[in-house]
Amino acid sequence: MGSVQTATRPGVSLDADKPVLIIDDVYKTFGDAEEAVTAVDHVSFDVKPGEFVAVIGPSGCGKSTLFNIIGGMLGEYGGDVRIDGERIAGPHPAVGMVFQEESTFPWRSVIDNVAFPLELRGVAKSERYDRARHFIGMVGLDGFEKRYPSQLSGGMKQRVSIARTLVSNPRILLMDEPFAALDEQTRLLLGDKITQIQQELKQTTLLITHNLTEAVQLSDRIVVMTYRPGKVKRIADIDLARPRTSDVVGSDAFGRHVADIWNDLREEASRGMQESEQVARADRRRG
Amino acid sequence: MRIVAVADRRAPLTATRWFPLTVGALTIVAVGVIFEVLLRIGVLNRYIIPLPSEVLAAFERIVAEEGVIERTGTSAFEVLTAGFACIAVGVPLGVLLYRFNILRRALEDWVAALAAAPIVLAYPLFMVLFGRGSMTVIVIAFAYGLAPIVLKTVEGLSETRSVLINVGKSLNLSEAQMFWKILFPSAIPSIFTGIRLGWTFCVIAVIGVEFLVNLGGLGQLINDLAERYDMPGTYASIGFVIGISMIFFIILEWVEKWLQPAR
Ligand SMILES: Nc1ncnc2c1ncn2[C@@H]1O[C@H](COP(=O)(O)OP(=O)(O)O)[C@@H](O)[C@H]1O
Ligand SMILES: [Mg+2]
Repeated sequence: MGSVQTATRPGVSLDADKPVLIIDDVYKTFGDAEEAVTAVDHVSFDVKPGEFVAVIGPSGCGKSTLFNIIGGMLGEYGGDVRIDGERIAGPHPAVGMVFQEESTFPWRSVIDNVAFPLELRGVAKSERYDRARHFIGMVGLDGFEKRYPSQLSGGMKQRVSIARTLVSNPRILLMDEPFAALDEQTRLLLGDKITQIQQELKQTTLLITHNLTEAVQLSDRIVVMTYRPGKVKRIADIDLARPRTSDVVGSDAFGRHVADIWNDLREEASRGMQESEQVARADRRRG
Repeated sequence: MRIVAVADRRAPLTATRWFPLTVGALTIVAVGVIFEVLLRIGVLNRYIIPLPSEVLAAFERIVAEEGVIERTGTSAFEVLTAGFACIAVGVPLGVLLYRFNILRRALEDWVAALAAAPIVLAYPLFMVLFGRGSMTVIVIAFAYGLAPIVLKTVEGLSETRSVLINVGKSLNLSEAQMFWKILFPSAIPSIFTGIRLGWTFCVIAVIGVEFLVNLGGLGQLINDLAERYDMPGTYASIGFVIGISMIFFIILEWVEKWLQPAR
């Protein structure tokens, strides 16, 4: 079944070096002229087939805004996001999104959550359950098909969301801090799952995160963003060997990469912290 | 030693499921006994408050002689007719109010006002319009039960978590799919709360109007017995109505749980 999944995904191995996703000079401001906040400031990078790219930056640097632009959730933005040369102006069927907030449907069982996109397309029940079961197994939730989200832990719910996104065979998996609400151990183990899935499906993935170890553990490349306005500070190649597991976290090479990126990130993170402290002080003065 | 330890670890009596129920029942019995004693020694006036023992004895009489079963049927018919009409009108109206902002701004305050209004005072008007019969009772009960269902439907739809709507958008759902697959199921718990509130108001309105205009079912029975100055009978029928209402709401809760597994 796994081989069928990858074989039906068009455009994976045709031209491995031609980017599937191009982010070209993307720009977005919120609010009116005087009070305008520049959330994303002329950001450019691309993602090649089968590649795992992380975008990392401190909170408030415009990561979610970028995620929403690529996902087609924000209609108006400057610059271009292109898939197959087509500019994104709404949700694109090639992009599967996993949201930062918990997003399972509480009124559906695990299997009906995962099968949801297939149900919309009118896939027959037995077939959509077969395919849903395949992805439930892939995220390690075998045996939980009949459970409801209220009976699952946070990490399990997030895995249901990931399976629900994967079931549509998206060419690009787009995730916004999917593990932000989880504890560090769960996060590392889920990281293993994500690496496995990515290797099994040759899944092109763009992961938004503020977590440094997570980014280094999973990525081929890391796009480091600056704190407001959100620009690309640097794009780092992570040449750790694949297949990887969370064991890589203990290696010297891993430590060097983390230290290297932290160097760039520290400046931005402390700038973010100072600004939010200033805001807090101003708020307190205002009462 | 081990047995002792196990016994020690057993849940305390106060934590069992039956404890609150037993305490509740014993409280009622105790209050009954206290009243019985106070009435018998003459501290309380027997012509105003009947002896609890006589009230208890009157239950059999009202069931046998006053057609309580039939009357329960009449009242239940009125409650259910009004209740289902409230759902049939209230839920779609709530959806319209949610969907069309202009309508919502125009009507929501009026619906909220309806919920607070003592509509029962207009009963002569309703009698003129609908006659002195079940229809009047049903219409007034409908007016009482409608508002909570409308308001809770609007609330449930509006409180759909935006991330779930975003999931729908990312999957390119049509407007109809967005409603039936995401908004409506997400609003169902709130709609059920509205239905429970609305039906409570329907029960109160039916019994109240029957009592007030001396019409039809259980409410009229209370009125009849009170006018005959049959105090034990009056209290027994009030107790009967309370018991029936409790059973009704227990059933409603079961249905609600059965309809929404594990949420
Ligand atoms: N819908 C919006 N309206 C106004 N400002 C917004 C909106 N969305 C985001 N912002 C602002 O844009 C900036 C970037 O936000 P966001 O993309 O959520 O950052 P991140 O995900 O990196 O924490 C923040 O300053 C935020 O206040
Ligand atoms: Mg964010």
